Amino acid sequence: MIAALICVVSVAALLQFLTLYCRSILATSRKVRLSERVLEVAGVGRGSVAAGDFHRFLQLIHLCPESDDDRNELRAMGIYYGLLSVLGRVSNLLMPRVAGWSERERQSCSHFAAVVLDRRISHNQGLLAEQASGLL
Amino acid sequence: MLGPFDYSIWIVGSLLQLAVASCVVSRKSLRHYFALTTYMLCALAVGCGQYLVIRKSGVSSNHYWYFYYYTSSLLTILMYFVIVQFYEQAFAELRVNQYVRGGALFLLISTALFSYLVVRHNTDRLTTDFVVELGQNLYFVGVVLTYMLWAAILHLKETRTRLIQLVLALGIYFSGNAGSYALRHLFPDLQSAFLQWLPPLFGALLPLAWLYTFLRVPEDARLATARLVAPQPFAIKAR
Repeated sequence: MIAALICVVSVAALLQFLTLYCRSILATSRKVRLSERVLEVAGVGRGSVAAGDFHRFLQLIHLCPESDDDRNELRAMGIYYGLLSVLGRVSNLLMPRVAGWSERERQSCSHFAAVVLDRRISHNQGLLAEQASGLL
Repeated sequence: MLGPFDYSIWIVGSLLQLAVASCVVSRKSLRHYFALTTYMLCALAVGCGQYLVIRKSGVSSNHYWYFYYYTSSLLTILMYFVIVQFYEQAFAELRVNQYVRGGALFLLISTALFSYLVVRHNTDRLTTDFVVELGQNLYFVGVVLTYMLWAAILHLKETRTRLIQLVLALGIYFSGNAGSYALRHLFPDLQSAFLQWLPPLFGALLPLAWLYTFLRVPEDARLATARLVAPQPFAIKAR
């Protein structure tokens, strides 16, 4: 009985801490405004990115030369996004409020991926400019 | 018999523990994170000890079994000191450090007394269920303490990103371990299926998350906790 209670409370606490931890990583990108360039590259309209854009941004990120700085963050966000997608699908019919919350969280993940893409494009452009100035 | 996956988790976890301790020392934050560094070094030493016991007696021996579960319980008690240090940091401005230390001492004595009474009561069956139950209870006390700390952080509107991330990672560690110990207690057959991987996995995730925090989050970084509990929604694009 006690073990069952501990199990339920621990799993609930684990989910809550995990969500809060992922949000604390996402929070760093929330304030960052996306450039026109990254929205154009991804074929996303002006304003904000949609929840389903995460994989598109991820594909574009993989096209850019890899940077060690954000690899782990992206991996963690990929797992979080996957969990949210499953939760969204499960709760879509039964609990619309949870589905809405999951949609907003996935949108934050997409925004985070867009910020990473923007950073990588800037980094690559900087490297290209450096190379060009070296050749001259 | 341990497989490549067990050894991989063990090696990665040990390297991460060493990296966290080195990172704290190299950034001259040892005084600020003394308990955390001590814990990391002790966990590293326990990992090496486990390896030696496996080499000497084998993974299915009673020696290894006792060594694994009792060192795990001792490390959990050591982790309480890490929580106490986080409490001290969270309550630093309120100048209530002596109360925090008093509370920690009370908790430690209570835990020791409770464990002693349980051990005394169960001297005839100190083999199977007992150590798992003890580990489960100790981890659960850790979950409760971390949850109370998180509530205090929210109440005090703490904004230090580093402290917030360290505490949240600790919460994942304690709740993950308490949950897996409780599951093992409820369904012993699941142990060989997947539960045996969970404690080492959470044990490796904790130093990974802490290392990320120390490397990527500056000491002066700030984050409003209200944003974490109820983040501002983005406008969802119409498709």
